[in-house]
Amino acid sequence: MTTHHDTSWAPETEPAAPAPITPADVADAARLVSFGLQAKLLPARDTEYAELVRRHREDPPFARLADAVATGMGLVVLEVSPRAGMAVAAAEDSVFAVRMGDYSRRAASESTDRFLHGLAHLAVAAMAFPRPEDLSDDGYLGRITVNGVDAFVRQACRRLEEQAAADGDNTDPQSDAPGLEAAWRVWARRTATGATKDARRLSGSTIGIVAKAVLFLVDSGFLQKVSDDAGGTYRTTARYQLQVRDLAGGAAMAELLDLGIVPVSDGSASLLPPDTGDDLVADAGLPFHSL
Amino acid sequence: MTVIADQPTEHGPRPPAGPAVAAARPAPGPAADEGLARRLKALACTAPLHDLDSRKVMLAGEYGGYAMAEVGLAAIDLVTLNMDFDTGADREIVLARLLPRVAAQAPGRPAAEHQRVGRWVLESLINVGSVDRGFRAVYGTFGADGEYVRRDYDFKLIEEVPGPDGGVYLRTTDEAVNVLVGALDTDVTSAQIAAEVKLEVLIRRGRLADAQLAAEQARYRTVQYAETLRRALEATRRNVRAVDWMQAIPDLIDEALDHIADRYRHENAILTNIRKARDEAEDPEHKRRAAELVDIVKDCIRRHTQLQTRLLEAGPLFRAEQDRQAFATPGARSGIDLYGQLLAPVLRLPIAQAVRPTGAFFARGTGLRTPASVRVADLVDLLLTPPVEREHLGAELPDPDLVATPDDSRFSEAQLEAALVLLDLPADAPRRLSGLLAEAREQDPELPYLVALLAVHAASPPVGTAYRQGEERLLFAVDDGTPLHDPEFGGADLVVGSALLDAAGMAADRKDAG
Repeated sequence: MTTHHDTSWAPETEPAAPAPITPADVADAARLVSFGLQAKLLPARDTEYAELVRRHREDPPFARLADAVATGMGLVVLEVSPRAGMAVAAAEDSVFAVRMGDYSRRAASESTDRFLHGLAHLAVAAMAFPRPEDLSDDGYLGRITVNGVDAFVRQACRRLEEQAAADGDNTDPQSDAPGLEAAWRVWARRTATGATKDARRLSGSTIGIVAKAVLFLVDSGFLQKVSDDAGGTYRTTARYQLQVRDLAGGAAMAELLDLGIVPVSDGSASLLPPDTGDDLVADAGLPFHSL
Repeated sequence: MTVIADQPTEHGPRPPAGPAVAAARPAPGPAADEGLARRLKALACTAPLHDLDSRKVMLAGEYGGYAMAEVGLAAIDLVTLNMDFDTGADREIVLARLLPRVAAQAPGRPAAEHQRVGRWVLESLINVGSVDRGFRAVYGTFGADGEYVRRDYDFKLIEEVPGPDGGVYLRTTDEAVNVLVGALDTDVTSAQIAAEVKLEVLIRRGRLADAQLAAEQARYRTVQYAETLRRALEATRRNVRAVDWMQAIPDLIDEALDHIADRYRHENAILTNIRKARDEAEDPEHKRRAAELVDIVKDCIRRHTQLQTRLLEAGPLFRAEQDRQAFATPGARSGIDLYGQLLAPVLRLPIAQAVRPTGAFFARGTGLRTPASVRVADLVDLLLTPPVEREHLGAELPDPDLVATPDDSRFSEAQLEAALVLLDLPADAPRRLSGLLAEAREQDPELPYLVALLAVHAASPPVGTAYRQGEERLLFAVDDGTPLHDPEFGGADLVVGSALLDAAGMAADRKDAG
């Protein structure tokens, strides 16, 4: 089937490339894409993968072929490099896309839970890449902790609460219009953690929700576990940076613009003082440093 | 009587006035309305406590004897006193300390029930059943345009927080402390001073019961002070600029240090005073109270020491964090500011709108999953494939040599048969064990042992099993006090008989129960 698919591509690439494309080339291209689908695999760990990545960079017709195979399968190629491998993301409606309903059964029915799970992912990214530069610096490795992410969001919520109190606003939502409740209240209201009978994390608590997000990102090859400290300490991978920078950030931003909210860019303080310093603080939530 | 007479006249004119003038509000102004809302919220905080007593009848068992609200308030007390600066209170410690009070309320009940009550109260105050683990009350206010709006007030009394060791600890919320001590929504320092003055006066007058109350209140305020500071420092560790280090925090630290110095003086004075009262008191009740007061004040001093240590660490912490956070080199290029441009604006949005950007971020930011799909043909192959031989199975185990064990049963099948025939007694003619033994001895010298064994077994007949299995008769043995005279056996000469069981009735019963 793939062969058929690619012969239809062949005429497009042929005028540019002097060498004819053989079925073997197509198989290699498809092989590269299949490596890309194994998110945790890195070229450094697999010689065949490394060789295909090298060929992708040095052989433009092969690169186009591989990209075409990926596109045909409903994938978006973010980058092909030795550090990230073939970083592919699922296009919308692709079979590879993750749906909220499959991710969490509760989120399928409850809009507050849908929000909390989405916000957890956004908060993980915000804490992993606190400053705009961190997102654009290819060499940057972010560190997050599960408890730290929750504390970070709670702190932001507390500031909004204080601000509202200072302005004299009544933030208690109207009983007949729960949809008008301010988003920060939903997170602040949810318990941070909770004891369970079997000593596992309470899945509905905010720390449970963050932990779920983090574990999912580990499976996606976006985070790597460093230690068990502070509910689990993780560092980011190149793929995560690419995904957030090139896809997720923009998508969420577009939605915000659509809602009529224009967040002013330029990291230097407008809407809020840049809360950016934050994030080197991977140890948020740990006891005091003795200095 | 005048009150009753007044009521109708007061109510009389109001209904027509309401619809006639839309802007007419029962409250004279927004301030009064706000005050009402605040009081309604305060009232709501006590609801979970009252609720404990009204819900106890729904528990399976006899729980009427417990004063649940009292246990609840005691639990809030214990959590407040046991939570320390960095972590909260340990759940097991709180439960253990709660137990004596629960046990005192119903001394006759089993200890397991006391534990259950303590656990139930604590879980009810956390509200374990709800997903937020909190409470919600509805109250009404008038909006700016005079329109009546119902609002939800969400609050928690005891919340669960993560500890540094990964465990779950308990902390009481501000709301709970307010419920507990009442009207604590005041400036921490001034309330503290008032309590101290009161304490000293009370001690001088020898009113130790009141003095103890005042000392306990002072301790709650101390805890609250520490809590304020803890939050500020935690925020600083995350972001120096989130906290006002120019004005607010230095003021707070100065104030707190002054306050501690002051407290030391006061508490040491109080301590000397009470010690004197304790040692000189004649009345044992007075002595006991004074001794308790000494403990409380000592605990206060311990807490101050802890607070002071934290205060001294605050300055260096700030400087270190500032260095670390401010001198991080800015990059040349600029990307999206995930916090300032996405997270913060999203948090401000109403939830109905906020779901959209978070949903978009989720859809594009979680990565991909390769869907698992199996063809039927593969499935058949998969299921029919024999398990793969493992290469590394370890050393081969030697076949064990099995030796046939001799049949060492004491009685043979035939003997059992004979014994059962012997014991197959008609329902209306029970027999003495002595007679049965004599008859058995005639058949077989070993048989009396088996008969005696079965008879003794029948002294506690398996009624439950017979009931479940729907048996029609049951062997039983009763001791009526007659001693057994037998060359081989001693004990009671049991009366052995068969009881007929109403198999049909039992079957019907079982069906009903099922």
